[in-house]
Amino acid sequence: MANTNFEKYKSDGSLGGNLLEWVDARFPVTALWKGHLSEYYAPKNFNFWYFFGSLALLVLVIQIVTGIFLVMHYKPDASLNAAGIPVAFASVEYIMRDVPWGWLVRYMHSTGASAFFIVVYLHMFRGMLYGSYRKPRELIWVFGVLIFLMLMAEAFFGYLLPWGQMSFWGAQVIVNLFSAIPLIGEPLSIWVRGDFVIGDATLNRFFSFHVIAIPLVLVGLVVAHLMALHEVGSNNPDGVEIKNKKDEKGIPLDGIPFHPYYTVKDIVGVVVFLMVFSVVVFFTPEGGGYFLEYNNFFPADPLKTPPHIAPVWYFTPYYSVLRAMVWNFFGVDAKFWGVVGMGASVLVFAFLPWLDRSPVKSIRYRGPIYKSFLTAFVICFFVLGYLGTQPPSYWGEKVSQVCTVIYFAFFLLMPWYSKIDKYKPEPERVTWK
Amino acid sequence: MSNQQKVDCGRRRLIVATAAVGGVGALAVLVPFVSTMLPSERAKAAGAPVEVDISKLEPGQMLTVEWRGKPVWIVNRTQAMLDTLPQLNGEVADPQSDRQQQPEYCKNQHRSIKPEILVAVGICTHLGCSPSSKFKPGVDEGMTPDWKGGFLCPCHGSTFDLAGRVFKAKPAPTNLEIPLHMYLSDTRILIGEDKKGA
Repeated sequence: MANTNFEKYKSDGSLGGNLLEWVDARFPVTALWKGHLSEYYAPKNFNFWYFFGSLALLVLVIQIVTGIFLVMHYKPDASLNAAGIPVAFASVEYIMRDVPWGWLVRYMHSTGASAFFIVVYLHMFRGMLYGSYRKPRELIWVFGVLIFLMLMAEAFFGYLLPWGQMSFWGAQVIVNLFSAIPLIGEPLSIWVRGDFVIGDATLNRFFSFHVIAIPLVLVGLVVAHLMALHEVGSNNPDGVEIKNKKDEKGIPLDGIPFHPYYTVKDIVGVVVFLMVFSVVVFFTPEGGGYFLEYNNFFPADPLKTPPHIAPVWYFTPYYSVLRAMVWNFFGVDAKFWGVVGMGASVLVFAFLPWLDRSPVKSIRYRGPIYKSFLTAFVICFFVLGYLGTQPPSYWGEKVSQVCTVIYFAFFLLMPWYSKIDKYKPEPERVTWK
Repeated sequence: MSNQQKVDCGRRRLIVATAAVGGVGALAVLVPFVSTMLPSERAKAAGAPVEVDISKLEPGQMLTVEWRGKPVWIVNRTQAMLDTLPQLNGEVADPQSDRQQQPEYCKNQHRSIKPEILVAVGICTHLGCSPSSKFKPGVDEGMTPDWKGGFLCPCHGSTFDLAGRVFKAKPAPTNLEIPLHMYLSDTRILIGEDKKGA
């Protein structure tokens, strides 16, 4: 919590001290430092799952820095060059082959995209495990869901830029989602593309969204997410409020200052993360065709859809939900319901704080019904994710329909099952071994 | 202002009116920004009709041309292929082509001007992928044993018969679009215009 009650810095007479006093009288530098780091008290029982918030911030920085350098060489131009290759596609190959170290910066950026989703999915799962979205942290969670949405938009816009086959046809499919909306759908999708087909106009606006609009919103939301977090304080694996038990100075008994305790802990996480990240960047940047899809090494061809197209792995669970909807309801095409299902499967996360009626927050004290539902949900999420990478098939469709039902049941039945479940009593204070 | 003091209603109204006028101005400035994202005049002008020579298109063969950036298929269907169409009337979603996905002169069993020559926009009506041709009946091309030939969309599995009619219970809502077209001569088709020939 950035509280302004911190006393202004008093110089000890040294040059540095005088400078700090001068600045602090004009800008709240010590208040910010203390409020967010050295006197921000976080529960002392954080475990492995608490690495992923700071790692998400690290990946955001990696993406922004590598992005800045890629833009110096990339050209958002769909016209063909003298060799008959689209300029955008050729400029990416130019970065890979001719720009000194360009391959490294580009692989960091492409691997960073997948790493971002891995880290964010784990971060979200932590929130679900320990009830971090529960009162009074609803807005932290809602900002988080908005960050996730922006991240999906950022990934989608960025994926068009290399102008390969998957870029082109992936964008074609997603932009056509808008055309499923009754009445305004067709003009809306033309407005989004800026042309009757995905073309140069689309590539240029997606570039603009990817490098300017979405990153600005994303950074703003991250600030809001952290401000809301530091206002109410962090949850912990026991899901009990550390602010309920304070010492005479008003410091939570189970709290430790974020700096140096958690900054040092997070550095360990950063080192391990960077080791894994580097292995991918240097040895398997294509991620077996999941991080960079093989079909995207062919330039975009508006006349030929590759025989098998699938979105990048992080979108596949929602893509499976889209494909699972094959019935017309209420006289509206199945296509529209597929879009609704896909949108709902992402947005439903935002309602978790109000769907969960359990008296305890953490999985440690929850009963068997919730644990079974959560397990089923996670399994379905993975199955949907796997099926989304596969070509459409009869059994794939049936299985994805079952999984879609379970996926939504986890959320929509929660007000009921989270109430009737058995619970263990929560401890008074955090447990800590 | 303390609670005792009265609100000056005249000034308050002036503030509301000023804010309202300012708000209208702020909304109005959205118009040019939103409009810049519409197709430009150049993009609108790029949709010229395309002329195609089909004299070398053998029965059973398919040709793809580009029109307005989209693939347009021209299929020379054999008699055996045409014979499958009436048999499938019960399995396709819109057997009589009642929904406006073709010009009036193609609203017939074979959805074309000449029975054997199909001209269709090769874009799946679901989400815009280009379906692949699966002309061989049966399982040869990875289809089901009762497959009679047609098109499969690789993205979401919609299937179409050899007249571009969508099968029931598939994600694609309508039959493939038949573009305006006309025959300039026996073997030359103009795609995108039908003023004289239709």
